[in-house]
Amino acid sequence: MRRTTGRLLRGLALLSVLSLGATACGSSDDDSSSTKAVSASDIQAALKKGGSVTVWAWEPTLKKVAADFEKKYPKVKVNLVSDKSGDKYYTALSNAIAAGKGVPDVSQVEYFALSQYSLTKGLSDLAPYGADKLASKYTAGPWNAVSDGDKVYGLPMDSGPMAMFYNKKVFDKYKIAVPTTWDEYVVAARKLHKADPKAYIANDAGDAGFTTSMLWQAGSRPYKVDGTKVAVNFEDAGAKKYTETWQKLLDEKLVSPINGWTDDWYKGLGDGTIATLTTGAWMPANFVSGVAGASGDWRAAPMPQWTAGAKASAENGGSSLALPTLGKNKELAYAFVEYANAGAGVQTRVDQGAFPATKAELQSSAFLNKEFPYFGGQKANQIFAQSASEVASDWSYLPFQQYANSIFNDTVGKAYISGTTLAQGLKSWQDASIKYGNEQGFTVSK
Amino acid sequence: MSTPVTTASASAPAPSGGGSRSAPRLRTPRKKHTPGRPRRSVLLTVLTGLILVYTVVPLIWLVISATKTQSGLADSNGLWFAHRFALWSNIHDTFTYHDGIFGRWLLNTLLYVVLGAGGATFLAILGGYALAKFDFPGKRAIFAVVIGAVAVPGTALAVPTFLMFSKIGLTDTPWAVIIPSLISPFGLYLMWVFATEAIPVELLEAARMDGAGEIRTFFQVSLPLLAPGVVTVLLFTTVATWNNYFLPLIMLRDPNWYPLTLGLSAWSSQAQTIGGDVIFNLVITGSLLTIVPLIAAFLLLQKYWQSGLAAGSVKE
Amino acid sequence: MTTLQPPAAATRPPVRPSAKRDRRSWTGWGFIGPFAVVFAFVFLAPIVYSVYLSLYRNQLIGGNHFVGLDNYTQAFQDDQFWSSLERVSLFLVIQVPIMLGIALFVALALDSGRLFGRDFFRITIFLPYAVPAVVATLMWGFMYGTQFGLVGDINSAFGVTLPDPLSTHLVLASIGNIVTWEFVGYNMLIFYSALRVIPTSLYEAAEIDGAGQFRVITAIKLPAIRGALVIATIFSIIGSFQLFNEPSILRPLARNAITTDYTPNFYTYSLSFNGQQHNYSAAVAIIMGLITMVIAYVVQLRGMRKGA
Repeated sequence: MRRTTGRLLRGLALLSVLSLGATACGSSDDDSSSTKAVSASDIQAALKKGGSVTVWAWEPTLKKVAADFEKKYPKVKVNLVSDKSGDKYYTALSNAIAAGKGVPDVSQVEYFALSQYSLTKGLSDLAPYGADKLASKYTAGPWNAVSDGDKVYGLPMDSGPMAMFYNKKVFDKYKIAVPTTWDEYVVAARKLHKADPKAYIANDAGDAGFTTSMLWQAGSRPYKVDGTKVAVNFEDAGAKKYTETWQKLLDEKLVSPINGWTDDWYKGLGDGTIATLTTGAWMPANFVSGVAGASGDWRAAPMPQWTAGAKASAENGGSSLALPTLGKNKELAYAFVEYANAGAGVQTRVDQGAFPATKAELQSSAFLNKEFPYFGGQKANQIFAQSASEVASDWSYLPFQQYANSIFNDTVGKAYISGTTLAQGLKSWQDASIKYGNEQGFTVSK
Repeated sequence: MSTPVTTASASAPAPSGGGSRSAPRLRTPRKKHTPGRPRRSVLLTVLTGLILVYTVVPLIWLVISATKTQSGLADSNGLWFAHRFALWSNIHDTFTYHDGIFGRWLLNTLLYVVLGAGGATFLAILGGYALAKFDFPGKRAIFAVVIGAVAVPGTALAVPTFLMFSKIGLTDTPWAVIIPSLISPFGLYLMWVFATEAIPVELLEAARMDGAGEIRTFFQVSLPLLAPGVVTVLLFTTVATWNNYFLPLIMLRDPNWYPLTLGLSAWSSQAQTIGGDVIFNLVITGSLLTIVPLIAAFLLLQKYWQSGLAAGSVKE
Repeated sequence: MTTLQPPAAATRPPVRPSAKRDRRSWTGWGFIGPFAVVFAFVFLAPIVYSVYLSLYRNQLIGGNHFVGLDNYTQAFQDDQFWSSLERVSLFLVIQVPIMLGIALFVALALDSGRLFGRDFFRITIFLPYAVPAVVATLMWGFMYGTQFGLVGDINSAFGVTLPDPLSTHLVLASIGNIVTWEFVGYNMLIFYSALRVIPTSLYEAAEIDGAGQFRVITAIKLPAIRGALVIATIFSIIGSFQLFNEPSILRPLARNAITTDYTPNFYTYSLSFNGQQHNYSAAVAIIMGLITMVIAYVVQLRGMRKGA
């Protein structure tokens, strides 16, 4: 009889866990979002009634927007949670959705991550709330990302049409011309590194967002999504253009291996050892806060082109605000989202340095004529707005882009640290993405 | 220094060689190993000193860096001060950033430590006492299972624990961090060893014959004897709970409930994201503030945990 | 769930002959009851649930199905898993002896009585144990920076180019350095405490025999602390197999060198939290746990067999 008590305890534990497991098994929540339209007056009524709404978003300009929203609707409390971002953020969101608990009412979701959540019914369709009527307010890139047919899964918050930021002080010092094509860029890279072996034209340690944006600009369309049928192919003409040119920079060691968004990186931007940065139009605010010492040294320029005289651009980053299906207070949530991204909140955020996704702000003369002290008084918004209008709009991300990005450095990263070429790295990224997609029940092929 | 280790313990595995007529005694600091005074070796001190330098340089770096502003960090040499001495303003900023969330994190950590480590010590004391002084069915199995459980990787447990806890509604609450902290296999082992050594069975028999109940015996007779062991386990579980990172990482979403480790990590990665504030100087100062209490605790309570740890080693 | 804690040797506790055995038996349970209940809840239940999860597969499209041992077969054929296992094994074989070697050296030096300022050494070398892994890794991460970290400072001060600690070839060693730094003091203290309880009579006997310092160490001290050595080794082995915190926190600085499958624990973490592949993650974790337990048991058996 020695072991009975032990066994009994363990049996109890087993029983309780199995019963938990049984509930877990059948817990794929049915999407209970109603498809009936919610009218503006319903929303107004909810705002008057008051309540609280939980918003998960790391966008710093939202703090003031939340405060203004509370002032406008005194009975509504906005609970803004902004500590997590990046991978950890999506992990937390996915965990909450899986657990069915603690899901926020409003969630910031970057454009690349939207289809992952919408396809698995994690986000509510906003069309019944009137979002579909807002299409004309936004530029093509962002609207394309948030809408799927006649469904709308979020309202665009900002956009990231790409531009090239360059350190004018360094360029002038070594008499380097500002490149307008990528071939010229490579030439400039060689000239710079030869003149100062400690300086690099740019840093690149492998970044999924940067690579996909470059492919976008080069005309590559690696991802084709049709419901649950997906194709992944990094060997099309656009991809080849990118890898052939960029490989030169890697082979000749013309890019610095510093990881972006690290202490070393900010310092490199500040002291001239990283001379250009090709990224989205939201970057100026980061220059101001992270590289204060180099104010006046930098300028903005249009992104280099693949053929001289072409006008092609791409988006890099940018996010929307969405309503998770399992969130509550739907009317208040939508009201906040609309306020922040289509109402008065837009100007508030633009004033703080956010880069809008709305045509009105992008075309306003105040916006276009804004002088950036950081860029020596340059009216950089004109470059950004021009870029926004040149973004090709038929780009798709994977319905599991979050995962694909997480293994980018495992696969393509090898091209940065060994003899593997970028093309080979992209191929192994392709294979791993296909494998994962099929494992998850999608039908994925080349 | 009267430690329970001096009581006879016939069951201690006797070291081989020479007579062990004298009971193992915790040696008070003596200056003699060989007849006459041993030569203090400069060479040995220098060699050990190298290891000391290795240990201490990062800590010195931390203290010095905490005195620099964000730009000071960029401009100055790592092991010497920058122009501006900003320690006090860094500390002030650390405590006021984001409406003083650092202070909240500090309080959270204290809460987790008091309830988690305190609770773990209490459970370990009771459990170790049971293993040492009682015979009961399933005893060996319990011990084997507990020790075996240590080898299970934390991640094997993380997600199932998370899923379990969320079904019962515990995630994102302090309980999700406190309850798993209550189990310390090392604490259990240490208390078991200590209780075996420290509490002579005769005392227990005497108390029982006097008619004292088991609980009274425990509190009045056994517990006082266990003091150094208790302090040891308390200190080690405190370190484990104070430094706990992975568990809160997956259990908590609301930054108001973060412990210091998670908070620092969040500040650090915040600087690494698009649009985040660059606050490396606060991360560094916060790190310094995080380790000071523990180091102070260890320094102040040296006497206790050293003898406790010694007893734990005797049992080998 | 506490961080790494060392397990025990399987020395059996002394069985006390007791006439009142039956009456004792349930009181014992009373005392260990609280621990056992929480343990069942916090360890046993998740393990059972983990096993259950490993037998299923939940897909983004298609939901949950029972798949039997498929996850396990997949794990056995998974290159990523085996290479991560290889990596921590390599780590273990190099880092553990180095760390324990240094710890032993310091413990012996402290015990020899021939140091100036022994107490100061003992306390200071122990201090890193009180530093959380997050802080230690952040600190070393800052210092490893070749541009503006300490490495960079040394480079500019002495005009040399030290190899980048965060480059692919060196990053494992750099992580090993952080772990060594964190735990050398703790292990040192375990050895030192064990050394301190060696009966002085042994030393007196050795003096009479005319044994030199070195002989004293090899013939008396080392054998006497065999148990502590075994414990520390087992603890370090388990810690190496479970390596997670340091690579995870260092990763943003070396994204290409530290892959998502860098260590088995990090692999299971990535599977769960990047890819939502909880079931496969559970299977890999269980395999890893079994391997760890077997190796720890083997080390313990071999270690104790040679002992007294």
